[in-house]
Amino acid sequence: MSIEVEGVVRRFGATAALEGVSLSIASGEFVALLGPSGSGKTTLLRILAGLEGTDAGRVLIEGADMTGVPARERRIGVVFQHYALFRHMTVFENVAFGLRVRRDRPAEAEIARRVRELLALVQIPELERRYPEQISGGQRQRVALARALAIEPRLLLLDEPFGALDALVRKDVRRWVRGLHDRLGISTILVTHDQEEAMEMADRVAVMEKGRIVQCDTAETLLRAPATPFVAGFLGEAARLTCRVRDGRAHFDLPLPPVEVRLPDGPALAFLRPAGLVLHAGVGPGQGGGVVRSIRDATEARSRAVVEVGGTLLDAVLAPGARLERGAPCRVEVQSALVFGADGARAEAEAVLLAT
Amino acid sequence: MMGPFRPAHEDAPWARRLLLGLALLVALVMLLLPLLAVFTEALRRGLPVALDAILEEDSLAAMRLTLIVAAITVPVNLVGGVAAAWCVAKFDFPGKRLLVTLIELPFSVSPVIAGLVFVLIFGAQGWFGEWLRARDIQIIFALPGLVLATVFVTFPFVARTVLPLMQEQGRDEEEAAATLGATGFQTFWRVTLPNVKWALLSGVLLCNARAMGEFGAVSVVSGHIRGETNTMPLHVEILYNEYQFAGAFAVAALLALLGLVTLAAKTALERVAGRRAGGAA
Repeated sequence: MSIEVEGVVRRFGATAALEGVSLSIASGEFVALLGPSGSGKTTLLRILAGLEGTDAGRVLIEGADMTGVPARERRIGVVFQHYALFRHMTVFENVAFGLRVRRDRPAEAEIARRVRELLALVQIPELERRYPEQISGGQRQRVALARALAIEPRLLLLDEPFGALDALVRKDVRRWVRGLHDRLGISTILVTHDQEEAMEMADRVAVMEKGRIVQCDTAETLLRAPATPFVAGFLGEAARLTCRVRDGRAHFDLPLPPVEVRLPDGPALAFLRPAGLVLHAGVGPGQGGGVVRSIRDATEARSRAVVEVGGTLLDAVLAPGARLERGAPCRVEVQSALVFGADGARAEAEAVLLAT
Repeated sequence: MMGPFRPAHEDAPWARRLLLGLALLVALVMLLLPLLAVFTEALRRGLPVALDAILEEDSLAAMRLTLIVAAITVPVNLVGGVAAAWCVAKFDFPGKRLLVTLIELPFSVSPVIAGLVFVLIFGAQGWFGEWLRARDIQIIFALPGLVLATVFVTFPFVARTVLPLMQEQGRDEEEAAATLGATGFQTFWRVTLPNVKWALLSGVLLCNARAMGEFGAVSVVSGHIRGETNTMPLHVEILYNEYQFAGAFAVAALLALLGLVTLAAKTALERVAGRRAGGAA
């Protein structure tokens, strides 16, 4: 089932929750809407579900304009943030609800068969007589999922569905939900503010900022080629450093060695990922002196470290074979960085070879 | 108490005893004693006399009228109260605050004023007096007036018991129902209403108790026609003013009994509801 969102605008009073959002989702695709709170991702989800109207733009589902189509006629399954299970109904009745309110309501035996099938699918067949209050958060989430799947939705919307689960359970549940998506072959949209969750589960991640989708790409592309400084800073770990470009070299405001970059002269913004910042033993020539503040993952191939440079703490890695201890002085090498010019142009920066 | 240790949130034992004693004393003197007085006065000259007073023709008429008024008032306020609470809790619309304030108006206005307002509107000299007389419709000094006044005074009971619960529950479940294909009516009937049923029943019982006991507003619109427009509270007053103490207290005792039954039903209901909720927790 394909979904087209075309220039959707939604305002609440004077504030715009969505300012012209466009997005297209292919049939069977799993897309995550990722952004900080207030970026409009939940509003977009509610518009897709038909729970919220639009001020401009439209939503097409398999080519059909959804404007004015009420939520109940959309056949879109929603798993709400707090699950919104019917508290006075048993788990069985919760799942059966979507079948019971249908105009062509199936026979009781057929409803029971479908409900048991769904409960088996979400692996909680033993809970059918319990009430929502009597089961755990993870079980509630499974009930919410089964209930949403009961209407055989064309599209599944998940609104921060893993927020209420503890960290250990969350990882398993994510993989399981993604597996379910693949097995059922439906399209899924996940709203989340957790980048790890978005990148692990989704085929593509739409990063939202202030009511706009700033970039929608695979996780790899987002990390390698972020479209804006916001995306670069929001995804993955990156230190955000101001610098100034002069004659093809970016000079950091911090005492770090300059890097080569193809950008016009002027102020710029650099993003340094830990892997691009390498610590060497000893004190090197010129700029780039730091002090090791802490070391972790000492058993891994490349130990992670925190280095203090000019009064700022930065995440870095130790050079292979480098023996450094906490408090030791070191030489800091900037191997790679992403630099955004004042006009928004992006360039990959490389270390200036010492020979030049 | 075992030792000198006492949790910080607990008061000294003497303070607790004092407060408990005060509360019990107030309850005894202000609530229980008058109730006992009503029943002892009613039975002072024996059960037969009391029964005679109750079974007297005007008393029976008053009882019948009271039950009719309550039987009309309660369903009207049940529907009206639930509708008002539903609108306020589940929808946003201009004038919502005004509606909430209006719901509470009958609690803040003296019932006598409520009665007078209806006289002003529907009475012979009132706004619609002329129009009504021309069509031979009697509202004031007749059953419709009594019902109107009682509905006004008892309106908040259902709305005020259901509204906070509906607001607390939010709209999540209604939205979930909509995405699952339920119509507005199905959502209300299968989701909203079952979620507030215990509060609703308790509101209905309170509304009923007050509808049977209302005096002020009803007194103004009734006209005190014996055997016709006298409800039980009005009848009690008339008997008392005519120095028929035995009769007055007998009818009063019966009225009090109706109230007690309602209260008992409400308490029983809360127990059942509590057990359901407790069993589910």
